Amino acid sequence: MSANLVNMLMEATWQTLYMVAVSTLLGAIGGLPIGVFLACSQKGELLSSPTVNKVLGVVVNATRSVPFIILVVAIIPFTRIVAGTSIGTTAAIVPLTIAAVPFIARLVENSIREVDSGLIEAARSMGATPMQIIRKVLIPEALPGITLGLTLAVVSLLGYSAMVGAVGGEGLGDLGIRYGYQRFMPEVMGLVVLILIVLVQLVQTIGEWIARRVDKRAPSNRGA
Amino acid sequence: MQTDTTTGAAITFDAVGKAFPKKGGGSVMALEDISLSVEPGTITGIIGRSGAGKSTLLRMVNGLEKPTSGAVTVAGRDVGAAGAADLREIRREVGMIFQHFNLLSSRTVRENVALPLEISGTPAREIAPRVDDLVERVGLQDFRNRYPAELSGGQKQRVGIARALATQPKVLLSDEATSALDPETTQTVLELLGDINRDLGLTILLITHEMAVVRDIASHVAVIEDGHIVEDGSTYDVFTAPQHPTTQSFLSSVTGVTLPHFIARQLRDTRPEGNAREVMRITFAGENATDPLIAEMSRDLGLQVNILAGAVEEIGPRPFGNLLISVDADGAEQARAFLERNQQRTEVLGYVG
Repeated sequence: MSANLVNMLMEATWQTLYMVAVSTLLGAIGGLPIGVFLACSQKGELLSSPTVNKVLGVVVNATRSVPFIILVVAIIPFTRIVAGTSIGTTAAIVPLTIAAVPFIARLVENSIREVDSGLIEAARSMGATPMQIIRKVLIPEALPGITLGLTLAVVSLLGYSAMVGAVGGEGLGDLGIRYGYQRFMPEVMGLVVLILIVLVQLVQTIGEWIARRVDKRAPSNRGA
Repeated sequence: MQTDTTTGAAITFDAVGKAFPKKGGGSVMALEDISLSVEPGTITGIIGRSGAGKSTLLRMVNGLEKPTSGAVTVAGRDVGAAGAADLREIRREVGMIFQHFNLLSSRTVRENVALPLEISGTPAREIAPRVDDLVERVGLQDFRNRYPAELSGGQKQRVGIARALATQPKVLLSDEATSALDPETTQTVLELLGDINRDLGLTILLITHEMAVVRDIASHVAVIEDGHIVEDGSTYDVFTAPQHPTTQSFLSSVTGVTLPHFIARQLRDTRPEGNAREVMRITFAGENATDPLIAEMSRDLGLQVNILAGAVEEIGPRPFGNLLISVDADGAEQARAFLERNQQRTEVLGYVG
């Protein structure tokens, strides 16, 4: 294997990690509050505002319905405004983030909905404000679920990041298409797939380990 | 908050009603015309079957439910009329414990007890010593850094009690707090509640479907059925002289005095022809409760008394007994007159041939 190829693989791995890490971070910053709001704003809930809830729900579903490759090209004008360019690895973070936000929002919503409603009642009986209930009860109690949700999001974004070659975003997927497929270098394709498998395994293992650490419900995890 | 000394009562329900909207229009009355006054420092039990409305009634005291008519006051403050900020303040004066404990699984025992203090904005340096005091009061000092998943049901409820006491409330609401516990653990939790009531002068309002809980700690009881209070008074009076059929049926489950099956099967409502025996229930209460009345009756009236079942109960320091006997139907009227002269209640259950 040539030193050149090794360099290309390392470069591509770095680009993939960069895109996925930044878009996960931005996606979580956007998705967490939206997910919390979706979980708490139906009629009669803590932040009851059914109309906003419905509108937001439709927007989230609509974004999630668009196939990622179409989302990437459809929002090119928007990407140019945000990133200053519509081409390149940094520009690719824009569609990745836009796909991540509603995905993470739904995962957060599901985790929060699984928190026992008795805990909300207990917090209300203590005189907690809705924001206190969210901060001190809902998010800490949903944390194991949210952690696993974020793990799932990272794995999905690793997959999505392979498609951003379409707008000049580089990374492992792009390398696989351009060299492995178009230049017919099966060893490059094989290595790209192998690195992706290792990355997914790593992310999944780390995610599950953190989730176990924060989950105090299971008797097998009797922390100090 | 100042306690309203003009009314005196810790909690009052004044003609309270609660209607829930029904699917497809209309509404269901969950509670109707509830009037009840809970004196400071007492333990009052509300007993009823599931669906009777007792849970709704309890939740009105801290405003988790609002009455649709009438008024609920805690220490003189109208809960139903309170705005959001006032309501949060009232809630800090009213602790609550739950059937399923409702502890945060992500927090240790100490952190759970600290939660209401964090919510009320207590400075961190005041929280730590108070939490340690409370954890010790409920006897969990050795478990203070454990998570709820590591505790037994009784220990979890102790955490719930410590947490409810954290903001030094004047009133404690108990929502079936012992219903998920085994009988032995129930006893220890009830004893803890009794101690707190005595030591802190805390007013406790509890709901339950178990008469034994009422017998063991409540000084007052209200029986609720279909959204109405059908009977209320001091526990001793209600236990020894229940008026309403619902109360009587709750009591039969706790006194454990029921007819042996072979007699219950033969029992009929009217006296048969020829030789017959009358079956009656005698409730011993009051000053003569411990007198050997049956022996006296048998001797004085020359009656053969057949004892079928019996038990002596205690409510607080006062004993009362339940006895099922049969006597010759011809002498039964005399027997009942004798017992009633001695201030004991009798009830004819039927006749056997």
